[in-house]
Amino acid sequence: MTDLTASQKALGAEIAVHSAPYFPRRKKVITGRSIAVLVFLAICALFFCIPLYVVIVTSFKTMDQIREGAMFALPNIWTLEAWDHAWNSACSGTRCEGLKVGFWNSVAILIPSLILSIGLSIVTGYALALWNVKWAGTFLFILFICAFVPFQIIMFPLISMTATLKVYGSIWGVALIHAVLAMPVLTLIFRNYYKDIPQEIMSAAIMDSGSFWKIFFEIILPMSGNILIVVLILQITSVWNDYLIGVTFGGMGAQPMTVNLANLITISTGTVRYNDNMAAALLTAIPPLVIYFIVGKLFVQGITAGAIKG
Amino acid sequence: MPRVSFEHITKNYGLMKVLDDLNLSIDDGDFLVLLGPSGCGKTTLLNLLAGLLDVTDGRIMIGERDVTDLDPKDRGLAMVFQSYALYPTKTVHGNLKFGLSASKLPREEIEKRIAWAAKLLQIEPLLNRKPGQLSGGQRQRVAIGRALVKNVGVFLFDEPLSNLDAKLRTEMRLEIKKLHDQLKSTIVYVTHDQIEAMTMATKIAVMNGGVIQQFGTPDEIYERPANLFVAGFIGSPAMNLRPAKLALAAGKTEAVFASGVRLDVSDYPFLAPPQDGAEIIAGLRPEHFTLAADSATAATFTVPVQYAERTGPDASAYFTFEDDVLALRVDPDAAARLTPGQSVSVSYLKGKANLFDARTGQRM
Ligand SMILES: Nc1ncnc2c1ncn2[C@@H]1O[C@H](COP(=O)(O)OP(=O)(O)O)[C@@H](O)[C@H]1O
Ligand SMILES: [Mg+2]
Repeated sequence: MTDLTASQKALGAEIAVHSAPYFPRRKKVITGRSIAVLVFLAICALFFCIPLYVVIVTSFKTMDQIREGAMFALPNIWTLEAWDHAWNSACSGTRCEGLKVGFWNSVAILIPSLILSIGLSIVTGYALALWNVKWAGTFLFILFICAFVPFQIIMFPLISMTATLKVYGSIWGVALIHAVLAMPVLTLIFRNYYKDIPQEIMSAAIMDSGSFWKIFFEIILPMSGNILIVVLILQITSVWNDYLIGVTFGGMGAQPMTVNLANLITISTGTVRYNDNMAAALLTAIPPLVIYFIVGKLFVQGITAGAIKG
Repeated sequence: MPRVSFEHITKNYGLMKVLDDLNLSIDDGDFLVLLGPSGCGKTTLLNLLAGLLDVTDGRIMIGERDVTDLDPKDRGLAMVFQSYALYPTKTVHGNLKFGLSASKLPREEIEKRIAWAAKLLQIEPLLNRKPGQLSGGQRQRVAIGRALVKNVGVFLFDEPLSNLDAKLRTEMRLEIKKLHDQLKSTIVYVTHDQIEAMTMATKIAVMNGGVIQQFGTPDEIYERPANLFVAGFIGSPAMNLRPAKLALAAGKTEAVFASGVRLDVSDYPFLAPPQDGAEIIAGLRPEHFTLAADSATAATFTVPVQYAERTGPDASAYFTFEDDVLALRVDPDAAARLTPGQSVSVSYLKGKANLFDARTGQRM
């Protein structure tokens, strides 16, 4: 405890006399170490903020201003032209329909893959955790292994499988691959969550109803709010931000937004339209952000309620 | 109301044998209490009856039906769990209603039963609340209500009162007993609490280590414990169990303690003719001692006081006898006069001793 200065003591005495008791606070000492930490944090923040700043301001500039080269300057004229162009008419290859094609493809991939992956894994997790499943332990072990198999290893077999199933190059193909690849991890997450439901509740439900589906829909599903939010966010983010699966299985007709974006900006003829590119990049990044903002609060609640465990 | 019987039940968990060749039958309308220390297999036995566990071997009959391989919901049972096991996302009404989800009853009948159970248990004002908004006692009532609506012949209770405080426990004990009298149903009730067992049961099965030690009415179990385990388990303070030797003389049979005190057991109803010099354990109930030296006593001990304790209207006094504690139930005024160290003469009433074979631990 550092000594109080005379003036502080006097002040303290005065406050004590006039109002509440005075509790001397420990004086904040600025040491070399804390300065170093501050500087480091500031650099980190800048490291992320400066590129973001550049991306944002550039997307609102005109090409004329960009050619002047002042990267950090604010736009002379704020314009949404680049955003409009990126969304509606930027060219990838020979098609000039903008990012909206990719956006709607992504949405079309996202929804079935979410329904498929969450629907299957929630029921599998429920069965594994709460019902007597033969070989459940072995099955869990296999799932656990599967969760760690790198996608690249099984990419080629999957391509030929989807080709055989005639879904290669379609929205359904990409959605199916997303769902299948997410299954092991999601099943483990749901299974771990359900393992914490007291055995006696399950026993009571089995005596009351005995129906696998009725118990699932009436008892278990209503208790799954937290974990569903967590899984939903995990899955939306990973599907939306995926590039590799989209580029591998999307073919020409089912390219998700990320692939579409990559094609837009890797144009090899003419001048690079930086403002379009920046707007396109932002457009692609916005949807997951919106999801975060909408359900972010719930997500945090889900985590603090012990939804994600080892 | 059906009769329930367990026939040669064996249950293993992996390699561990929890129940071995257990036989038990429960008469129609009985209130059977399975009583035993924690871990003796009571819950296992109850869950086998409920169908929540599969038997390793043996047969379970309810009425004339062999239910061994039946689904839990088809056995015609209702169960109340220790943790209440209410569905947290459903209202009280929803909980009761889900209790009927296996029975394909018409809507009005369902509502009628819910209203009946809610009235009986006085939970009508709670019907729209969630379990999280209820107190322990209220949850307990809802859990019982969920069993009642099923209108079955056999109710199972697994330590339903152990999570309640002492006052509520006494209240609920009475209430469950009243329900049994009213509904005339068969009840199988698991507890490790001997007070619950003694007050509620029409029959008690005392269990230890997966084996039924004794099966009988509360009075039988208390007055004629079949072996040393039952003798020591039932009663508070516990029965005093002391080694002694039998001494047979003309017209007189006595148990002689190591210190030379002789206990007259001439009127003891031996199951088999006693042998002179047989090693025995004498069981002396604390309440069968008297501080007054009247004529009808079987033995008199002169023993130093260790301490005395009063619990309201009751008092217990502890004496030193042969390096061990001898517990007595005394009247509170007498307890107040006992000072530690003081030597006192206490007598044991005639015809109240319990004798056990020291080798087998069985009642003689
Ligand atoms: N699922 C289980 N797996 C392995 N052992 C168990 C299981 N359930 C109970 N046991 C064991 O079986 C014995 C009896 O348990 P239980 O029937 O719950 O006893 P009680 O209800 O009398 O306290 C205990 O030793 C317990 O450890
Ligand atoms: Mg138990």
